[in-house]
Amino acid sequence: MSTSRPVADTGDDRPEAASDTVGYSGAESDTDTVIGTGTETGMGADTDTDTVSDMGAGAESDTVGFGGGGGVKAGRHPELPVRRGGRAIWSGGGSAVVVAVLAYLPFAAYTSTTQTIVTFFILVTMASMWNLLAGYAGLVSVGQQAYVGLGAYGVLLFSDWGVEPYLGVVVSALACALIALPTSLLAFRLRGDYFAVGTWVIAEVYHLAVTRDGALGGGSGRALTTLSGFDPTLRQAITYWVGLGVATAAVAGSYLLLRGRLGLALTAVRDDEIAAGSSGVAVTRAKRAVYLAAAAGCGAAGGVLLVSQLNVAPDSIFSVQWTAYMIFITVIGGIGTIEGPVLGAVVFTVVQRLFASAGVWYLILIGAFAVCAAIWLPRGLWGLLSSGRARVSLFPVGYTVGGLAGRGPLCSGAPAATSSGASSGVQ
Amino acid sequence: MIWVNAVIQGLLLGGLYALFACGLSLMFGVMRIVNLAHGDFAVLAAFLAYSVVTATRVGTLGATLIVIPVFAVFGYFVQRGLIQRAMSVGPLSTLLATFGLSIVIQNALLQGYSADTKALNPGSLVSASLHLGGRIDVAYLALITFGLAVVVLAALQLFLKLTRTGRMLRAAADDPRAAGLVGADSRHLYGIATALAFGTVALAGLMFAMRSSFDPSIGPTRLLFAFEAVVIGGLGSLWGTLAGGMVLGLAQTLGAQYDPAFTLLAGHLVFLAVLAFRPQGLIPARSVS
Repeated sequence: MSTSRPVADTGDDRPEAASDTVGYSGAESDTDTVIGTGTETGMGADTDTDTVSDMGAGAESDTVGFGGGGGVKAGRHPELPVRRGGRAIWSGGGSAVVVAVLAYLPFAAYTSTTQTIVTFFILVTMASMWNLLAGYAGLVSVGQQAYVGLGAYGVLLFSDWGVEPYLGVVVSALACALIALPTSLLAFRLRGDYFAVGTWVIAEVYHLAVTRDGALGGGSGRALTTLSGFDPTLRQAITYWVGLGVATAAVAGSYLLLRGRLGLALTAVRDDEIAAGSSGVAVTRAKRAVYLAAAAGCGAAGGVLLVSQLNVAPDSIFSVQWTAYMIFITVIGGIGTIEGPVLGAVVFTVVQRLFASAGVWYLILIGAFAVCAAIWLPRGLWGLLSSGRARVSLFPVGYTVGGLAGRGPLCSGAPAATSSGASSGVQ
Repeated sequence: MIWVNAVIQGLLLGGLYALFACGLSLMFGVMRIVNLAHGDFAVLAAFLAYSVVTATRVGTLGATLIVIPVFAVFGYFVQRGLIQRAMSVGPLSTLLATFGLSIVIQNALLQGYSADTKALNPGSLVSASLHLGGRIDVAYLALITFGLAVVVLAALQLFLKLTRTGRMLRAAADDPRAAGLVGADSRHLYGIATALAFGTVALAGLMFAMRSSFDPSIGPTRLLFAFEAVVIGGLGSLWGTLAGGMVLGLAQTLGAQYDPAFTLLAGHLVFLAVLAFRPQGLIPARSVS
């Protein structure tokens, strides 16, 4: 267990929360940070200062509790303004340039190149979604292939009903979120490790159900025929742009989600679920929101997979290997960071290309790397890059406490890193 | 009569699932972790036995007697070298590390043994069966598997209840720090629990391999069956695991009797129904933890 737990007090618009005062009694090393978001609305509010009231070591013992934060504050310290970890405009501007360059690529590159990049987009999308689940909501799902498969089959089904396949990717993603709602009611009965295997079983049920549907091609699958009228080059270019759009939406969506109210709630839940719940965070609702968003994202990735490959078979689209890819990419890149999945997808794609002729050795290599990363490098490659004095954060979602410059963000990074960062920052 | 036969076969199949599940249940009861590579370790044991049988003259029984202790020792070191380290990082790490291990084992077996199916020949047992009258025949192998499951579960139960190590294991499961204060080395005890789990999963893998053919990709399905048996039976109850395995086996054989394509789906649906309507399982006891 961590020694300190930053706890966000989100659903709170008491007038005092807007005053920029900080009271904290750092009497013990086991400090608990309460961040009142007050009236802050989320993204774009990067220069806002908020209230931090740190209540010492009280949160775990029943006697002090959270009521103390609102009322009597013992041992006030000089004011410490709390700021966003960085400016949204830099991330937004930089990302826009990257996306613009990528969007131009179909005019300049061969289709073989863009095809590889479409696969990269799919991996980025999937890994970002898995990262939202595991890195921020603490939901380790091994069943995300359910939504990859349902997303792909959704595009097929909607195209049978006359929906343009490219539009079908969006419709299918929304349908996945809809299916995820009743699924979550069942899956959320399991916690932790059991949630992981439970989601896997549910994915198998969807897999077997689709296999039994003759109209969708049964066990051998079916081809998407409604795109055959397109010129192949144009089709490849549109597929590329759709893939780029989905990947951009996944990364930008994660970023905006986490800078908003939900992000703060999730950070609190991740650090201490019980404390977050007792200070007013709707824990299950926050987790469910992320689960639905991740289902939509993985559904969109499955849809892009179908429009790029043009045929689908249940055994491969519902394969647990998709979740394996998501997990490996996220763990290697850096779980709990927006940048991690993107970096991990680059590493994955490069390794896959390098060992393309050596059978499944690339998967053995990446799997072994991921096992080692999970144990010895829990913040991943991005954590390695952004550690130390020069903290790099392309997509800042955390907060920093003024007057403690250089000590790093208070609420960002991997779980382990957050705790240590916060405790070193507040003491 | 066909349905009676399906019921008997299903209940006996439950013994195999319970054998798969007891290692999973033990590791969760003691360390609070789910080993996502559980099924793949069973397959690894089967391939190891296959190699022993083809390379030496010891036969299937001899290979079984070699592979199980080797696997138990292997399990001890996997725990001390890998799982213990992952546990010290956090609950997320154990899941990620064991899942990564699962994919690595699958693909390494695929590289080493190719995707062809293999089988272990248990000798005369494979064809011999007990005639129960009517059209009901029970294979000796299925009876032996069920008997082994009962023996293993009873032995585990007695070990945890009566021996000094078993008592310390339960203490370490309840509170590793407090157990440490009175002299129990929780890491060593966790290693022993994992060794037991690996021994039983190797036995389960070998019994499965004698019963039907296997290939490197079947591990995850074994994990799911084991997991379903544990949840249906009730978390943390060893006898519940046997009951859960039997319910799962029953659902599968009855599903198969209705429509062969319905076999796996029927088992999964029973699992989901239990999750929805009786999440505490059939026998919600606390005999392990």
